[in-house]
Amino acid sequence: MKLAAVTAAITLVAAGCAESERGDGSSGEGQDTFIFGAAGAPDVFDPFYATDGETFRPARQIFETLITHEPGTANLAPGLAESWESNEDGTQWTFHLRDGVTFHDGTEFNAEAVCFNFDRWYNQPTAAGQAQAVYYADVFGGFAQNQGDYGESNYVSCEATDELTAVITLREFNGSFPAAFSLTSLSISSPTALQQYDADNVRQEGEAFIYPEYATSHPVGTGPYRFVEYDEAEGVIRLEAYEDYWGEPARTRNLIFQIIPDEAQRRQALDAGQIHGYDFPSPADYASLEEAGYNLMVREPFNILYLGINQAGNPALTDLRVRQAIAHAINREELVRTRLPEGAEVATQFIPDTVVGYADDVQTYEYDPDRARQLLAEAGYPNLTLRFHVPTEVTRPYMPNPQEIFETIAADLQEVGITIEQVSLPWNGGYIDAIRQTPDHDLHLLGWTGDFNDPVNFVGTFFGRPSNEFGINDANSAEMFAAIAAANSIVDAEEKEAAWQQVNRDLLSQWLPAIPISHSPPAIVVASNVSGLVPSPLTQEEFSTVVVE
Amino acid sequence: MLRVVIRRLLQMVLTLWVLSVLMYVWLRNLPGGPVSALLGERATPERVAELERQLGYDQPIWVQYGRWLNRILHGDFGTSLRTGDPVLEELGRAFPATIELSFFALLFAVGLGIPLGYLAARYRGSLLDNAVVIGSLVGVAVPVFFLGYLLQESIAEGLAWLPPSGRQSVTINATHVTNFFILDGILTREWDASLDALKHIILPAITLGTIPLAVIVRITRASVLDVLNEDYVRTAEAKGLKARTIRGRHVLRNAMLPVVTAIGLQTGLLLAGAVLTERVFVWRGLGFLLAEGITERDYPRLQALILLSALVYVVVNLLVDLSYAIIDPRVRVR
Repeated sequence: MKLAAVTAAITLVAAGCAESERGDGSSGEGQDTFIFGAAGAPDVFDPFYATDGETFRPARQIFETLITHEPGTANLAPGLAESWESNEDGTQWTFHLRDGVTFHDGTEFNAEAVCFNFDRWYNQPTAAGQAQAVYYADVFGGFAQNQGDYGESNYVSCEATDELTAVITLREFNGSFPAAFSLTSLSISSPTALQQYDADNVRQEGEAFIYPEYATSHPVGTGPYRFVEYDEAEGVIRLEAYEDYWGEPARTRNLIFQIIPDEAQRRQALDAGQIHGYDFPSPADYASLEEAGYNLMVREPFNILYLGINQAGNPALTDLRVRQAIAHAINREELVRTRLPEGAEVATQFIPDTVVGYADDVQTYEYDPDRARQLLAEAGYPNLTLRFHVPTEVTRPYMPNPQEIFETIAADLQEVGITIEQVSLPWNGGYIDAIRQTPDHDLHLLGWTGDFNDPVNFVGTFFGRPSNEFGINDANSAEMFAAIAAANSIVDAEEKEAAWQQVNRDLLSQWLPAIPISHSPPAIVVASNVSGLVPSPLTQEEFSTVVVE
Repeated sequence: MLRVVIRRLLQMVLTLWVLSVLMYVWLRNLPGGPVSALLGERATPERVAELERQLGYDQPIWVQYGRWLNRILHGDFGTSLRTGDPVLEELGRAFPATIELSFFALLFAVGLGIPLGYLAARYRGSLLDNAVVIGSLVGVAVPVFFLGYLLQESIAEGLAWLPPSGRQSVTINATHVTNFFILDGILTREWDASLDALKHIILPAITLGTIPLAVIVRITRASVLDVLNEDYVRTAEAKGLKARTIRGRHVLRNAMLPVVTAIGLQTGLLLAGAVLTERVFVWRGLGFLLAEGITERDYPRLQALILLSALVYVVVNLLVDLSYAIIDPRVRVR
């Protein structure tokens, strides 16, 4: 009794102290709110320091890039820049900016703001910040003062020639331009907020990175939504429509991301009406989701799953005939039909057919076990044993079920006399390290989702430089590296396309450093009362068009 | 006495130090690492090397350990790699969630367990008794995650009576003061927020409370049966005391001793069950933090979590031992 009385007294006293922080007493946000189930927490809110999709998804609603994509495609479209052009050798890019755009903090968007951002990226002051700027380093190579193992920066300057014209000068052209200007990492932030919240002050302390306030709680862009709060206790990110947005205003006032790591729980939350949608439902759930009346949207595939071959792993794999035998041994039609979601396609090369440089006439490797055996015999390896690395505890958009895919491929390979030793490792528990850092593997499954529509983002990433993953180096693959570098430096569109087509032909016929398997369409699912969402092949949906009825 | 205290304190420090070394070596020998977990497909050897160099993971393990120990000794438990927040801050957010959940799980287990156990003993051999005995057997045996999914599927999804996961509806937009969400609603007079949090806690509390419930039911029943057969109960009956007085004053009170011990033990075990329950119900408590830390290989978070749990455990043990020493002089001499 005494305890109850004391508790009641404390509660009453405390009740007098704590203030509700709710604005104008409203509790329900009703249909004015779109709640999306996210699979993970964002690392930061400053996309410049980010690499993963869970971080980019909220960032894309808050920020905009100079160039964006036509809704539902990977084709470039005007973003914050209404138009752009380059000089003849592709080293100078002139952006004509949109008028009447403001940042969420009221700062005016203009050429100076653009240059402020480019200069900020180039002048990253801390080693920690540079190490985290992964996309920038991929595109521009290095920084003003490199504090790590980076190359010379490809960025020279940004000049505001008038209020709405920004001219960006590069040291040399490469194929990433201009598509790289559409990368979410290269979103334009408010210069005022960047300075006010100390955006560049990323530090390493103890065994972790410490981010400035800008990246944790004050991201300011020009997008249709502005950042409200990230409630870590609840795992909820709240955004609100930006009233002075330059374009079509957001159709739903509140946008909430609720973090639910487990897919089964996301599905339950959707069933219970707690969330309105989530990304990457497992293909095994497609039928039941559609049956339950949800709106399952399958994107156009913009990814690749390949069977990696490590030429340094086993001497037999240096023989092209052995690699060709492996290609002939795999029944990819069957694999795609039985193991991958509807809409998946057999990949004939390492880029989807929507990417520049796709060649219709590459050498294809039909399923032909006899030919495979014959090639193995010719090469002198009729009884080959290969280690096959398979990731566990992971699904990727291009690889919804690694174990099943492995089993199918392994069975095909055993069929032609190759003995397979399975090596299973958790994705976060050593898989990536094992195939990227060490030469100690023969075959493995991996893939890629494209960041922008250019072959260098696929082919260049995999095969453009020496790598432990494929056991390619200057001694055995100099020709391939040179061909990719050459194609990547061509400015003229027609020449460029022809050069990449040739690279793709040679990749399949002469070099075959890996075997392209499939392109799988990742899906996104929303409740039946949700409309207006346009699925993007780059998985870069903008939620401002979403309506909840 | 002072010597005992000093000796025990020294032992405690030694225990924690050995544990910290073992933990550090174990964590750093887990395959994979936070950097490749972070970069995924983008984990090229150069990128990984650069980030590892930045974070000091390229140093020999004893150098890393020395630096870490030095920081711990200065009260710095580190920063989570995943969130960039100090681990103590993360703990401050997650701890109330786990305590709230454990409290309601225990409330469920005790509030239902003692009456059920008592009634089963009193009507021994009845239908109720049989049901309770079988039910408690099932209750002890059912895996936590299975029960969790079962409740989600049936009550939350099938009947749609309660929310399937989370601590509060996101649309409630509640004000958080203490991070005990139910209490926060009362403090700020956001009654709907309290009610909503209460609805969210029911299924996880039942899930987490089921094993303790089953244990408490069984022990209460057995203990009450024992007491009912005691001579003093027969004497009281013979004296013509009212049945209610006998039950309340003589039976229940005496039967409670082992039950209280059991409740104490079960409270300690709740934390272990909370890891699974929190995962199933997306309950952002300590267990959730730990599970996420392991998936992401968040070294600083895991190190702090493990060390702090060990610290609590060792300190509680020390206090218990010291209390023995106070009660029983023979312990001091040893």
